[in-house]
Amino acid sequence: MMDNGKVLDVDNLTVTYMTEKGPLDVVRSVSLQIAPGEIYGLVGESGSGKTTLARAVVRYLPSNGKITGGTVSLSGTDLSTRSQKEIRGIWGSRMTMVHQDPNAAINPSMMIGEQIAEMTRTHMGLSRKESRERALEMLNKVRMPDPESVARRYAHQLSGGMLQRVLIATAMATNPEFIIMDEPTTALDVTTEAVILDLIHELMDEYNTAILFITHNLGVIARICDRIGVLYAGEIMEEGPIHDVFKARLHPYTRGLLGCVPRVDANKKEISLSAIPGYIPRPDELPEGCIFGPRCELVEAACREARPPVVSVGPDHLSACRRHEILRDRSEKADETREETIGDELGHIVLEARNIKKYFPFSGGLGSIWQRRRSELKAVDDISVRMRSSFTMGIVGESGCGKTTLARCIAGLEEATAGEIELEGQLLDYSVNKRPRAILQKIQMVFQNPDASLNPQHPAGDSVARPLILLRNMDRKQVREKVAELFKAVSLPADYIDRLPHELSGGEKQRVAIARAFAADPALMICDEPISSLDVSVQASLMNLLAELQDKSKTSYLFISHDLAAVRHISDWIAVVYLGRLWEIGSAEDVFIPPYHPYTEALLSAIPIPDPDIRQDRIRLKGSVPSSLNIPPGCRFHTRCPRKVGEICETTEPPWQDMADGHRICCHIPLEELKELQGDGLLKTAGLRGNN
Amino acid sequence: MGPYLIRRFGFILLTLFLASLIIFSITQFLPGDIAQVILGQFATEAAIANLREELGLNDPLHMQYLNWAGNFIRGDWGDSLVSRTPVRPIVTQRLVNSAMLAGLALLIYVPLGIILGVIAALKRDKLPDQLITGVSMAFVGLPEFVSGLLLISFLAIGLGWFPANSSIDPDSTFLESLPYLILPAITVSLTGLGYIARMTRSGTIDVLRADYVRAAELKGLSGRSVLIRHVLRNSLLPTVTVVAMGIGWLLGGLIVTEAVYGYPGLGRLLVYGIQRQDLPIIQAGSMIVVAVYSLSNLAADILYGLLNPRIRVGK
Repeated sequence: MMDNGKVLDVDNLTVTYMTEKGPLDVVRSVSLQIAPGEIYGLVGESGSGKTTLARAVVRYLPSNGKITGGTVSLSGTDLSTRSQKEIRGIWGSRMTMVHQDPNAAINPSMMIGEQIAEMTRTHMGLSRKESRERALEMLNKVRMPDPESVARRYAHQLSGGMLQRVLIATAMATNPEFIIMDEPTTALDVTTEAVILDLIHELMDEYNTAILFITHNLGVIARICDRIGVLYAGEIMEEGPIHDVFKARLHPYTRGLLGCVPRVDANKKEISLSAIPGYIPRPDELPEGCIFGPRCELVEAACREARPPVVSVGPDHLSACRRHEILRDRSEKADETREETIGDELGHIVLEARNIKKYFPFSGGLGSIWQRRRSELKAVDDISVRMRSSFTMGIVGESGCGKTTLARCIAGLEEATAGEIELEGQLLDYSVNKRPRAILQKIQMVFQNPDASLNPQHPAGDSVARPLILLRNMDRKQVREKVAELFKAVSLPADYIDRLPHELSGGEKQRVAIARAFAADPALMICDEPISSLDVSVQASLMNLLAELQDKSKTSYLFISHDLAAVRHISDWIAVVYLGRLWEIGSAEDVFIPPYHPYTEALLSAIPIPDPDIRQDRIRLKGSVPSSLNIPPGCRFHTRCPRKVGEICETTEPPWQDMADGHRICCHIPLEELKELQGDGLLKTAGLRGNN
Repeated sequence: MGPYLIRRFGFILLTLFLASLIIFSITQFLPGDIAQVILGQFATEAAIANLREELGLNDPLHMQYLNWAGNFIRGDWGDSLVSRTPVRPIVTQRLVNSAMLAGLALLIYVPLGIILGVIAALKRDKLPDQLITGVSMAFVGLPEFVSGLLLISFLAIGLGWFPANSSIDPDSTFLESLPYLILPAITVSLTGLGYIARMTRSGTIDVLRADYVRAAELKGLSGRSVLIRHVLRNSLLPTVTVVAMGIGWLLGGLIVTEAVYGYPGLGRLLVYGIQRQDLPIIQAGSMIVVAVYSLSNLAADILYGLLNPRIRVGK
């Protein structure tokens, strides 16, 4: 194998799994090269084969997986022919890996420092003392606060962001030439994600390591990668320098993916997301011709006949589309604007929640039996929201800020500690068990994980029929008709009614869950991260579906998500929550325009926007959300606030400041001053994409 | 850990108190009159009445309980109704015997079970695993009087390696008793082995699937290092609990094995006491078994805590 100056050279790689159905080529003829110091972003939805590709590259395939074609070489060393023993010597020394879930990827019963040190002892021949010093050096490198003490701690004592730093420190400890980062920020909050991405960027500038960065998030790729490869059903559809690919988008799939990502400067009233129709094909059901053909709007007869060749469409830029020239001509495809704007008239008040509090008694672990004085975990501490019909309230905030608890209190799944919940003028009991059926019918919930919220033993139709029978007293015939109608409303074929949940894809299951919620004909639907576990293209189609259904049914949504772009797209109003309190509330447009609360500002600047030209302000939050057991005095955000003004923030609770149209901010800094500090904010830069 | 230990000890005292209530009340419901039992069926009414008076059997029940419990705590466990000698030396002697047998059995089956369990997990669903799981399951299911008799007929009577009868002399030392202990220990181990192996196997399989084990392998560490430092350190935690629960079982529940070999352990003493309606023996023996169970569980919890940093050091 020739050494072409590339660190990683994957040439025509095919990976095959031996399955009950015979051999399946999960990755087919993939070629990619990564130069020293380059971050190569590999993007793909679930089922695209990105994990298999990564595992094949490091020669860590499961026992039924095999490289059946092509080669993988690392700086001229052909990895595909090495013995397992030789590969073990390369693992950890010449190539390392940063794993997806830092909580799971660190041994819970070994000290952090030792987990870094053991690598350097094995591969660099360091002594115990030297390896300990090296571990501290690495922890310093990843800007770990107080590395000495962190080295002596265990995984459960660190936050997710800190653990991800540890994984990065471990991966870099032996100065490898090549690092695979497998969704390294997916399990983190946006704010932490932004900090980690900055760190990776800085470190890679300093070292000359080649990085294969795997993710499903185009925004993350746009922020840190130099080049991108778009993987679809085991093949690369488009590859090239990040700017070229994001700007020219010379493959319909790339275009489709980018069209699915909600924008931060428009919402459902203005545009509907252009979801990609259909589903990613399974490796045993690949279509003839172009594998993207069945989902492509440019498809023509020739596409169905033969696999399109991968052609050069620009310097270092490849596309596997026969019709890329057509795409180049309409280089900036206009977003679909809505034909009829969604109604904007003020509906009647559906929900009025006043001063909701939820305190959990916290027994401090061991020994608390003797402790008379119990501390309280204040998950929600005095939040009020009001919602009108046909209205969506988005709730945003980092994990652990009380979003879900608030929703569960309103639904009655948690009994609120104090406050009033009024639904259409009727005061509700705190507990769902004490609420009359008519109320249960009016509040429905859609959960994050449809696998857990649908009974695996019951056909999808039965799940949808339950609320019809229990809450709406329909007879058999009515139920059957209504179920069919609901399946149609959520765009599921009628024969899905009899399918069991495991026969459905994640997006289809979530459609069933939405149909079930609508079966009760609710006035208020609480959506707790309903799209977070799904692929971008599925997310887009579900958001479109929710918007359509709301337009017809006038149902109000309480939409909880950590994905700010999604919230921006679907919500009329946005409430920003931190440590159990509201800090800003206002219309979705207003919340995204300065002046905004410093916390909102930090959240917004962390949004990964899939446009490499956008330069967001770098407002980064230190550390993680403090424990709700130990809420800081004064302004709860002062410990992490990048705009803290002084002592007043530590001692005095900030006042609410009102602006036009009900937009309110809870901060000590006067609005004019905030506006001055924040300048034009996020929107002006994003506006580059806004006018097309 | 401090307040935790205090609390756990508090719970153990509570357990012992409740156990003593139950043990005391059950012995009250045993059929027949104790005085009658002691004096035999030809005793005169007057003699029985005298004895009842002497034994305090005419006192109200709660007085009898307080009396018994108070004496028990002070170390006066009463006299055996049958042999008329103090119960305490009898019970402690049997406890020592049981502990010797338990110790030997643990030494045999815990390491062996762990090794087999780990091998089974590493060779999951392959021949070694199927062999180990299958055979150990068979042993768990095999009643001790069957395995015991088989062992006697082969190893004792057939090959003559070990004595068939294990009724050891109370005065003999551990080394002198050792040959007598081996067959009963093996019998018991056959059962215990299966539990340990299965627990280790499932614990290890879970950990082998963990992300951090994959991460450790991709660090390029040696197979041994991955197994010992990353896998076993985590996967043996649940096994600790099973071992400790086994101690209680070994000390008080080996009635069949002890009977098969004629081994003078605590289990057989209890059966003997029940047959003869020897109340002080039953009461003292049961209390000791309860105490051993509680303490070995405490030991397991402490050990688990020491091995598991998530419990040892809080956030």
